[in-house]
Amino acid sequence: MSSLEATIEAANQETVRRMLAAEPVLVDVIPASEAIPALDDGVILHAGPPVAWKRMCGPMRGAICGVAVFEGWAKDLAAAEALAAEGAFAFHPNHTFDAVGPMTGMTTRSQPVMVVENRAFGNRAYCAINEGLGKVMRFGGNDAEVLERLAWLRERFGPLLGAALRRSGGVELSPLIARGLTMGDEMHQRNVACSSLFLRALAPHLAAVADDDDDLEGAFAFMGGNDQFFLNIAMIAGKAITDPANGVEGSTVVTAMSRNGTDFGIRVSGLGDTWFTAPVEMPAGLYFPGYTEADANPDMGDSAIVETIGLGGFAMGAAPAVAGFVGAGAPSGAGSYTRAMREITVAENPNWTIPAMDFAGAPTGIDIRLVVDANVAPTINTGIAHREPGVGQVGAGIVKAPMACFREALIAFAEKAGVA
Amino acid sequence: MSVLINHVRRGAYADSVALMRLSAEIAARDGVEEAAIMIGTPANLEILAAAGLLDETGKTAAPGDMIVAIRARAPDIAEAALETAEARLQTSGTTASGDAPTWSPRTLRAATAVKPDATLALISTPGDFAVAEARKAIRRGLNAMIFSDNVSVAAERVLKLEARALGVLVMGPDCGTAIVQGAPLGFANVVPKGPVGVIGASGTGMQEVTSLISRLGGGVSHAIGVGGRDLSETVGGISTLMALDLLDADPATEHVVLISKPPSAGVSRSILDRVARSPKAFTICFLGAEGLTAPTNAKTASTLKATARMALGLPDDETWDGPPASMRSGRIVGLFSGGTLAAEAQLALMRAGRSVSSNAPVPGAQAMGDAGAADLVIDLGADEFTRGRPHPMIEPAVRAPLLSEACADPAVGVVLADIVLGHGAHPDPAGAFVEALSPPSDARPPVVVSVTGTDADPQGRSRQIETLSKAGVIVAPANIDAALWAARRST
Repeated sequence: MSSLEATIEAANQETVRRMLAAEPVLVDVIPASEAIPALDDGVILHAGPPVAWKRMCGPMRGAICGVAVFEGWAKDLAAAEALAAEGAFAFHPNHTFDAVGPMTGMTTRSQPVMVVENRAFGNRAYCAINEGLGKVMRFGGNDAEVLERLAWLRERFGPLLGAALRRSGGVELSPLIARGLTMGDEMHQRNVACSSLFLRALAPHLAAVADDDDDLEGAFAFMGGNDQFFLNIAMIAGKAITDPANGVEGSTVVTAMSRNGTDFGIRVSGLGDTWFTAPVEMPAGLYFPGYTEADANPDMGDSAIVETIGLGGFAMGAAPAVAGFVGAGAPSGAGSYTRAMREITVAENPNWTIPAMDFAGAPTGIDIRLVVDANVAPTINTGIAHREPGVGQVGAGIVKAPMACFREALIAFAEKAGVA
Repeated sequence: MSVLINHVRRGAYADSVALMRLSAEIAARDGVEEAAIMIGTPANLEILAAAGLLDETGKTAAPGDMIVAIRARAPDIAEAALETAEARLQTSGTTASGDAPTWSPRTLRAATAVKPDATLALISTPGDFAVAEARKAIRRGLNAMIFSDNVSVAAERVLKLEARALGVLVMGPDCGTAIVQGAPLGFANVVPKGPVGVIGASGTGMQEVTSLISRLGGGVSHAIGVGGRDLSETVGGISTLMALDLLDADPATEHVVLISKPPSAGVSRSILDRVARSPKAFTICFLGAEGLTAPTNAKTASTLKATARMALGLPDDETWDGPPASMRSGRIVGLFSGGTLAAEAQLALMRAGRSVSSNAPVPGAQAMGDAGAADLVIDLGADEFTRGRPHPMIEPAVRAPLLSEACADPAVGVVLADIVLGHGAHPDPAGAFVEALSPPSDARPPVVVSVTGTDADPQGRSRQIETLSKAGVIVAPANIDAALWAARRST
């Protein structure tokens, strides 16, 4: 083994050690401006790598207009659009501020954000509360119903959830996810088990802290009626796990994968905060009635952080039905996806195991060298947004990370190492 | 005027992805405008309503119910679609529309994780990638057999030096044949185990010798291919010397056979020095080498057939008369799929005093196209015939037009060829050969071939010979016998 190879191997072991040693705990819900002091008026965090208004896709623009109205920065959607076009808002990736967001991933100052603390490393990560299914802002929805729900989350549900979490002392997420994997969740398209387990863990605390029966009933109904409630929590766990793993000199392990609907970006531990980007691909999947792939927006969201930690498409073997989203994918063959992802990862997570695969661990630590060498792109399970603003989710499916990101990152790594 | 029907299945549940797939299938039926099968949650009712798929019946569905909603061009179409949907929902195991994809490793890393006790990697990739893959293999402690060609000799040397330092063997590049502990690799023939170990820088040469050994009642411990350039000055016989060490140490090997083109003088010396230090007996066949001085524990053979016989302690002067045939004037055209078999034929014809040209000339033969040469021997496995195409041992079609042409050419005295069997070879090379024979046997020059292989090969040597004999092809027991027969029958 050459000395460079030995250095890389050692660095990758360290990166993965940090990921596996993480102890993500959901501890609180607080206003975003408190979590992220940089969130002044007019500052909007979005999913994916940096993108200017001019290059933003339809649903991303729709969400920005909606959130600008929600924050009171514009009187209506048209005014918001005009403001955005003239540069009145500052756009930044969630990832820049320890945050993540699904699909469009809007994070602004008054939204409540859930707080995950990585107790092994002391870092924190943030994400807004999952709005539920149907027409929602994360898919570009922005009408009155969408904004009303956001207001309820901010004024009623967020504070209640935060109080319950504080009373509970925090909910440890790693064991919860481990359990969900044994119950058919892969934490990207399937979060039914974890959403239920989470509600079960928190129900007594919600009941204890609720001052108002309507709030409590609303909270139970909202959480119980949303199969994807846990998605955002899994995502923050992913962010909290990967942040301390970033910046290991000499490591070729991916510490973030994210999309803004225009570009797909990855970060690599040994290459710090640089995004390596390529145009996003179109998901292949199934559509809700009335919609076809002609309506679909290209791949979007910070949610691929769950694949970065070995869940989602990487843990397909745990959620066989999800394999049905692709072509003739037979549920009995779901493990093939996980095995293929094991070819591009450094390790298996001994704590997150998949019963139907003889308790093989979730493939963890995507190595850009292995991706390029095997020519196997990471598989990402995803929702599909409508390409026009304001419509919302139209389907779900599977998408590949574009190979070009990994090639570019590898070339940059080689240049840095002086072997290009 | 389209019709909408909703059917509510009370208390029914199915996985949402399975239902989305069934929905897509029903929606794709002729005359169906839209279809959805969903669990009756409030969110799903909204989706159905937005798609114009919800009627008064559907609105009564509760979150524990399933709705089958179909909008179609005509009532009978909607009813038929509903019936199909219902039937599909009643059948178990309907979510999979295909066989489960089976996973097989794409990388050596994954393959060795699945099979940690593996000791050898067979590498068959385009030449540009073969060295990189071989390097990965040897660094994992695997011996590497490189089937690929188009690897530079410089890269071969560097790779073999690294492998030697790591204590593993590189077989190849361009190693077509090996038998390791009874496991046939590449184009190997099915031969019994026995005391003869073979080291060869030539694929078909090893196949001919191991097949002859098998047919003479002997057996093979290992046949180790080293690649055609291993005994060149640049590579210096690195793999041959390592293979000698391995067979020296192998208690199952009593007699060692070395097969190669003539090595460079320096390499020849180091190989023969190494042979002299071995406690085992050797038969050395450096095809075309003259005046080789072998150490006392070694004998030299000038043909593949003699090599096989000497390895078994049999007299090496056995000859084959073959069927009588009238002398026919004209040149010999040899059409070979095996490179070493083509080389052996050229040497035999030259020894018989004939002039030979070839696209792969041995020393002393002329390059194809040069005027004056009588006989023509073509190696159909050479690059100009295999670029972008499978090797003629896999796909014999490349030989067909040349064979037809030679048979129809009044200037041709004898057509000479090889039929090579074994794992990896075409399932019926004799059948493909006789199909290309024309005109009928009385109107064409005699065609003489040998069949390299055994009855245990997938093609069955006896069956192949039967096919050839029925078509009037003369089948010689060995490649050298066919060449000598041709030399005797043609003036």
